[in-house]
Formats: sequence, C-alpha cells, structure tokens
Amino acid sequence: MADLSIDFAGIKSPNPFWLASAPPTNTGDQVMRAFDAGWGGAVWKTLGNPIVNVSSRFGGIDYGNTRMMGLNNIELITDRPLEVNLREIREVKRRYPNHAVITSLMVETKEEWKEIIQRAEEAGSDGHELNFGCPHGMCERGMGSAVSSEPKVLREIARWAVEFATKPVIVKLSPNVTDIVEPGEAVLESGAHGISLINTIKSIMGIDLDRMVPLPRVGEASTNGGYCGPAVKPVALHMVGELTRHPYVAKLPISGIGGISNWRDAAEFIALGCTSVQVCTAVMHYGYRIVEDMIEGLNDFLDSKGMKSILELRGRAAQQYKNWGDLDLGYRVVADISVDKCIGCQLCYTACMDGAHQCIHLPGRTEEQARKAGHTHIPKLIPDRAVTAKGAMPGARVPFVDEEECIGCNLCQLVCPVSGCITMKEVSSDKPHETWNDRVQRGADFVPGGLHATEIERAKRNG
Amino acid sequence: MTHHSPHIPDVEGDRLEVLYEDKKPPYEDAEAVAEANRCLYCVDAPCIKACPTAIDIPTFIRKIGTGNVKGAARTILTQNLLGKSCGQVCPVEVLCAGACVYNDWNRDPIKIGRLQRYAVEKALAEDPQLFKPKAPTGKRVALVGAGPASIAAAGWLALEGHEVAIYERKLLPGGLNTLGIAPYKMKVEEALTEITWVLSLGNVELYQGVEIVPVSGSPEEVSVATLLQQYDAVFLGLGLGPDSRLKIPGEDGGGVVGATHLIERLKADPTLRFKGVDRAIVIGGGNTAVDVAHELALLGIDATMVYRGGDHELSAYEHELASGRVDGMKVLCERSPVAVLRDNMGKVTGVRVIRTEDKKPVPGTEEDLMADLVVVAVGQSRATEVARSFPGVELDTRGRVLVDPKTHRTGNPKVWCAGDCVNGGKEVVNAVAEAKIAVTSMHAFLMGTEMGVEKGVGA
Ligand SMILES: Cc1cc2nc3c(=O)[nH]c(=O)nc-3n(C[C@H](O)[C@H](O)[C@H](O)COP(=O)(O)OP(=O)(O)OC[C@H]3O[C@@H](n4cnc5c(N)ncnc54)[C@H](O)[C@@H]3O)c2cc1C
Ligand SMILES: Cc1cc2nc3c(=O)[nH]c(=O)nc-3n(C[C@H](O)[C@H](O)[C@H](O)COP(=O)(O)O)c2cc1C
Ligand code: SF4
Ligand code: SF4
Ligand code: SF4
Repeated sequence: MADLSIDFAGIKSPNPFWLASAPPTNTGDQVMRAFDAGWGGAVWKTLGNPIVNVSSRFGGIDYGNTRMMGLNNIELITDRPLEVNLREIREVKRRYPNHAVITSLMVETKEEWKEIIQRAEEAGSDGHELNFGCPHGMCERGMGSAVSSEPKVLREIARWAVEFATKPVIVKLSPNVTDIVEPGEAVLESGAHGISLINTIKSIMGIDLDRMVPLPRVGEASTNGGYCGPAVKPVALHMVGELTRHPYVAKLPISGIGGISNWRDAAEFIALGCTSVQVCTAVMHYGYRIVEDMIEGLNDFLDSKGMKSILELRGRAAQQYKNWGDLDLGYRVVADISVDKCIGCQLCYTACMDGAHQCIHLPGRTEEQARKAGHTHIPKLIPDRAVTAKGAMPGARVPFVDEEECIGCNLCQLVCPVSGCITMKEVSSDKPHETWNDRVQRGADFVPGGLHATEIERAKRNG
Repeated sequence: MTHHSPHIPDVEGDRLEVLYEDKKPPYEDAEAVAEANRCLYCVDAPCIKACPTAIDIPTFIRKIGTGNVKGAARTILTQNLLGKSCGQVCPVEVLCAGACVYNDWNRDPIKIGRLQRYAVEKALAEDPQLFKPKAPTGKRVALVGAGPASIAAAGWLALEGHEVAIYERKLLPGGLNTLGIAPYKMKVEEALTEITWVLSLGNVELYQGVEIVPVSGSPEEVSVATLLQQYDAVFLGLGLGPDSRLKIPGEDGGGVVGATHLIERLKADPTLRFKGVDRAIVIGGGNTAVDVAHELALLGIDATMVYRGGDHELSAYEHELASGRVDGMKVLCERSPVAVLRDNMGKVTGVRVIRTEDKKPVPGTEEDLMADLVVVAVGQSRATEVARSFPGVELDTRGRVLVDPKTHRTGNPKVWCAGDCVNGGKEVVNAVAEAKIAVTSMHAFLMGTEMGVEKGVGA
C-alpha cells in the first residue's frame, strides 16, 4: 500500500483526488457524500455574489456509442446565498476535519475580495481557489477568464488575495489564452501558493438545425459555454506540461484538471508534475463512486512500480516534454500487425492508403491490381496470411506492412479496433541520434527541394 | 488418515473431458476491454440484484475498462471467493446477464460471466496474494465435504484468522464443481487450480479420502463426536448423494448408469471409453439430463432425452436445451420408461417406454426405443444422514438439513450448514452465497460478538 496523502502548499489531503468547483460541490450534503465515497478534498462551487442561472445549461457531445465525450455548460457561479454556503462549509469541516475543503472565489472589487476571503476563512476553509477561469457570462462582467488573459490584472488581484488570506491561495487558470505561461508567470509573481488548471474551454456544442439555434438552447438563442470532459484532457495535459517544465513556475504545486475520469488519467497528470487532481465531468456522468477505482488503481500502480508514495511519481514525465527541435531525428518505428489478433477489418489499410503512406497491402493481389489501387512501391513478397483470431471467417486476410516504406506515423495503430493488435516496433535506422537543433548548430538545417527564393537566400548566407 | 495440504494431485491420463472445447472461451485482453466498455455502469443495477452473491458487477466491469484488473478481481472475490468458477459455470442467462438492462433494449446483454472469469484469472495469475489473512484467532473449524460451499467457507474463515480443516471423502476436492460441471464449461484442473488458491489464503488443511461418519470404524473415517470435541465449530457442506434409481425391470447390470456417476467418470476417469455405444437414452428432464445428453452428443453418440412431462414442463434451462439441440441432442417428451431391455447376453438393447398424458401413463401405448446405453438422470438422493448424528441437527421431510435462513445455523449451536444439502440442489453460486451467510454468523460466534452478525464477512 503506497502513501497517497498529499500536502498541497500546506493544504493536507488524504489522497490527491479533489472534486473540482462545479455542481458536484454545490452543497454541504453533496460534499459529505463525496467524502464518504473516498474523495480527499473538494473545491466548493464558486462563491461570490449570488447570480441568476438560465435553463437549459449543459450540452454534450457524443462520439459513436460514447456518450458525453465532451460537456459544455453555460452555468455561472453559485446561485445560493453566501451565508448558506458558509454555514455548510463550517459543518463539513467540523465533521471531516482531515479532508481538504477549498473555497473557490470570484468577486470584483478589492473590498469584496477582502470580505469574502475573511468570511471563507472564518467558516473553516483550508485554502482559496481564485476562479480566473470561467469563460462564459462572468467574463463579460470582467471576471473569470477575462482575468486570466490579462496577466497584470491577474497579478494584482492575486496579490490582494495573498495579502488578505492566512490560508494558501491557489489561482485557477483559464485555457482560453494564447500562451498559458504568461498567466502562469503572473501567478508566481503575485506570491500566490499554487495553480490549478484548466477551467473550461470556450465552445459551441452544435446547432439545432430545425430551429437554427446553437446548443445548448435557451429559448430562441444560445451563448458560448465552457467545454470539459474526457475530450479536453489532451489540452489540459499540454497546459499543465507548459507550467511543470517551466524552470520557476514549476516550483508552485499544481492541481491538474480536465477530462480526468479514472486512475490512469490521474496518474498521468501526476507524472507530468501535478500534486493533486480535480474532477468534474466524470462525476457528473457517473457519480462520486468512481473514486474507488481511482484510489485502488493508483495504489496498485504505485505498488507495481515499487513507488512508496505519490511523491515518487510526481513529475517523473515532466522533463521528457520537450520542444520539437529537441527530438531525435534518428529514431524510427514501424507498424507491426499481430497475426493472432487481427480480425481482418482492413481499417488500417484504408487509413494508410488515404491518410498516410500507402504502405499497407492487401494480400492476394497481383502487382497490377496493387498499382491500380494506388500503391507505388510494391514489396517483393506480400505474405498471404489468414486471420487466425478465434471465430475467424474463412477468407479473412491479415494485411501486410511494407516496413521499408512505413514512416512510423501510428495512424494504423490508432484506427485498429483490436487493442494491442498493431504495435509500433523500434527498428534501427541508419541515421545517428541527432535533433533539429543539432542540425541548426552545425548549419545543416536545410532540406533541398523547396522554394528557389529560400535556396538563393541560403546560398548567400553560407557565403 | 491421508493428509494433503494444500497440495492437490494433478489429474493425469487420457480423460474424455479433454476432448471438449470451451463453449465460452477465456477472453483476450482486447476482447475483455471492448466488452467492458459496453457496460453502462448502471446504478442500482439489476444485474447485482440477480446475483445470489451480490457481486458489484458495474464496478468490476468498469475497473476492467480502466485497466484496473486487480481491483476488478478484488471487487468480485470480496463478494464471491469462487468468482472464477462462477464466471464459468453460472447460468448467467437466468441470473445476472438475464437481468441486464440491455435485454430491455433488445440488445445482447453484457457477457458478465466471461468478464468475471477474465478478471479473476488474470489478476490471480499476476498476483495470487490479493488478500492477506488476519492474525490467528486460535479458533478451529472443521468443514465436512470439500464442495463449493465448504471451499468458499474455508477461504473466508481462513482470511478471518481461523484454523480450518476440511474433510472430503473423495480423493479429489471440489464436489460437483470439480466432478459434475459440463466439461465445455469448466475442466477438472481449472476447478482444482481455484481450490489451490483458496487453500493458500490462510491456515487451511485439506484431508482427502476421509469420510465423516456417525461412528468411526476405519482409519479413513472420523466420527461426528471427534469433530465436535476437537473443533470450536463445524460446517456441513454435504451436497447431495448418489443418483436416484428408476426402479424398473432390467435396470440392474451393465449399460445402465447414473448421470452424475457417468459425468464424474467422463471428467476424471482415464479408463472410461464408449466402445460400441452408438445410441444413448437419457431419462430425465432436468439440467443434469440435458448436460449428460449434450456431453454424449458432442462425443458423436446419438443421445436422446426421454421425459415423462410435456415440452413446456422440462425443468432444464431453455438456453441449455437450445445449445444441446444445436449440438445434436434430441428430446422426446411424454414418454415414461417401463423397462430396460436386454438381449440374452444381458447387454442393453433399449428402453421400453409408455406414452404419458399429464405425466400419467396411457395404457397400451408402449413402444421400444433402441439404445446401447441408458443414463438415469432423475435426481440425486440425500447425503444428509450423517447430519442427524450431530445432536440437535434436524432434517425436513425431503431430507434437507434445517437451518435458520438468516444465519444458516442448524439446531446445534456449534454447527452451520449450506449448499445443496440445505437448498435441495441449486447452483454453485447459491452454495457460495449460503456459505457466506453461515461464515458471517459462525465468525461472530467464534469471536464472541454475535450481535455484530449484520456486519458481514468479506475480505
Ligand atoms: C451434472 C451437474 C451439473 C451441474 N452444473 C452446474 C453448472 O453448470 N453451474 C452451476 O452453478 N451448478 C451446477 N451444478 C450444481 C452444483 O454443482 C452444485 O449446486 C454445487 O456443487 C453444490 O455445492 P455443495 O458444496 O453444496 O455440494 P457438492 O458439490 O455436492 O459437494 C459436497 C462434497 O461433500 C462430500 N461429502 C459429502 N458427505 C461427506 C461426508 N460425510 N464426509 C466427507 N465428505 C463428504 C462429497 O463427496 C462432495 O465432495 C451441477 C450439478 C450437477 C449434478
Ligand atoms: C456545469 C459546470 C459548472 C462549473 N462551474 C464552475 C465554477 O463554478 N467554478 C469553477 O472554477 N469551475 C467551474 N467549472 C469547471 C470545472 O471546475 C472544471 O475546471 C472543468 O469542468 C474541467 O474538468 P472536467 O473535465 O473534469 O470536467 C464548471 C464545470 C461544469 C461542467
Ligand atoms: S438531471 Fe435532474 S435537474 Fe437536470 S434536467 Fe434531469 S431531472 Fe432535471
Ligand atoms: S485494423 Fe487491425 S484488425 Fe483491422 S485489418 Fe488492420 S490490423 Fe487487422
Ligand atoms: S445491467 Fe448490464 S449494462 Fe447495467 S451494469 Fe449490469 S451488466 Fe452493465
């Protein structure tokens, strides 16, 4: 059993799993049920001056049979009176002193920030999360994501919070910026104690083609909402990675958010440098119960790697996130189809033919047929292998990868429906380990075959 | 007294069992993940309610989907220590999968049994030490019989820290789960592998070839009095007795055999061969009859079930009948056997049957059916006589051991009982579910915390 407990800028939590500020943390009753289910902490639904919400509020995007691959919402901050929320926070902390309760806050003026921070602390909050991320509604009023995109404003407000707070201050960033490093650095300069990201991404979920109104629809109109759920995980990982590989910002603890649904997602965010992770959509979809698998799965994973605590996993992958120019141009993989696993659907074939390098062949064709189908390079031998998977129909054939031509793009592996059937195997290339930046250094960063203008320019520069 | 612990002998020789292919072969990783991702992860799920051991099915299936197979196995085994067997042998069509919400939608239900087997097999192959026993309690429990009821009970008791001894009169442990399950569902070695794992959970001794009897007369026997004297509690998992007989002329002699006896030989006896058997008649309309007929049909024998009731009265599961029919088994209803026919050498030549209406013979409608082998599958007798020798233990009029259903405790405060000998013959999963109730109550008794009965035992 590994030690899952964490210390996030002084906020202690029995495990790294926190509920993100959102409907699952709307009320004290919900938060207590979540703690009973195993969640280590909760960031309360953003407090501020109560607002009015619209109906409907959410839109989802399905992909094939997968429901709610992404979710969007046009909900604002809490619509409950501040006093009620604070009373419930006090009650939760009294009953669950060892769990983390963090108050998400969003107000406008300095005086308001001062008051809400003090009242949250009086209620027993373990720390504050400044909501500089909400991309709809609140930003039109100069709050939420409007703050993330103005580093100066962000720094200023965060400084107020640090000044008024006795508890740690976390700044929650919006992904709706050109470069996440700018607000990241602003947080560092403000003296705040941690960062959480991402909040939701600006989005329109679809169009109701009968009414000609975007979704989600509120009467006869809609507005842009905030996108989240499994679909945004790669965006979130990238933004987290930008900060955790940053030489200075990385010193702040980071709470990773965005599309986390299971232990593996969580382990990935932690490996990239997060101290805690937050979840919203997966809980809105399946309930608090998903945390059991997250705790157990992470524990077993750490055990299997011989790691005794979360600390040993944190940041292990951060430094392997590099710029393109630092990648090894000599490294080579090719696709390898497992004859035992293939079911003969030929999806890899079509993907390679139309979307890659025409190097997957259907067995049993003459050279002429192959050329007609679009192949330009014909391997000497295309083995005619029958599909041997259990229940295979006679006549089903395993496609063949022409390794000489395969550029190792992964596409066939990504489309193959049978997980583990196509693997990318490492092959030795005749090229040495060399990066683009190495080439720049030695003046070999020019590949012939392009524009004349470039060629002339080069020739001049090289004298 | 032979003493094997926890070593279980390999089963060797050319047993007919090995000829059978799995009807539901184990999943590959990719298949399991694809099937797991189909599950809706229902709340208040009907599949859980339909499982006698109440396995949290949506949770274990979700864990397979997230790659947490070890966790999936924990979820299964905590509720059902024989989760692997049950994954292979449970009639899921009428239990969990039969209740799956996909049926309501006219779509294929989730293959819960196969996913369950996958999770437990994979997890235990990677790390058999999924559970750790609690500190020794110093309490000793004897279990009579090594069928699924006793094996499950032994495992749970051992995890609670008790010292456990199992007495089995046969040489192979596992009861009907080892020796009765159709070989296209599970083979002897698979059942034994699971038992080896359960025996490794804690302090468990298995005595094979030792029968518990009212009064001991040989070294292979231990008396009831000795058990009561040497152990703090006793668990009876006696199962059922030998096959019942037809009691018709010509039944005695070669060529007529009891169903469970024949299946046991098919699975474990390397000397069994069906030389000269082209046609077989199986008397009975239940699941054992279907199993035998199906097993014979798969060996290329022309096998016909003969049943005295109508088609709709067959007590065998519809899915088993359908599957047997696909493999060539035949069913002849409204016929009752009158005599077994033999030639002058005494060799079986067929069965004389009489037509029935409402299960009653219609005079003058006799006909002769040709057969080289007659298998009798009309039920099993009781093995509960020995239970009476425990002071206070009572049987009902049908020979089943009487227990309090909330605790599975008998009239003797030191004796608990579960499985076929209590329920009259159900499934492996029922034996396990009852064993769990019994162990919960027995554990509370042993620890002197009987008020805590509701808490439930589990790993
Ligand atoms: C042909 C057949 C097919 C079946 N197929 C299935 C199936 O596919 N799926 C399913 O779920 N269930 C099936 N069952 C039912 C299932 O096998 C039983 O419900 C289950 O095995 C009952 O477990 P048990 O522990 O109560 O008894 P048993 O399995 O009968 O075990 C009792 C054990 O106790 C031993 N014993 C009895 N008396 C003594 C004594 N005095 N001293 C020492 N040892 C003793 C016996 O030798 C035996 O090993 C089938 C049954 C039969 C007959
Ligand atoms: C309905 C809804 C309401 C939300 N409300 C808030 C909020 O009040 N404050 C906030 O900081 N984030 C809010 N969020 C954003 C989440 O906290 C979280 O950052 C985002 O959903 C990404 O995580 P996920 O992919 O796990 O959902 C909301 C998200 C949703 C879906
Ligand atoms: S989820 Fe609940 S609150 Fe939302 S629309 Fe459905 S019933 Fe109403
Ligand atoms: S996509 Fe996968 S399964 Fe389909 S043909 Fe290609 S290798 Fe075989
Ligand atoms: S009822 Fe079917 S879909 Fe729902 S949880 Fe059970 S197995 Fe999954």
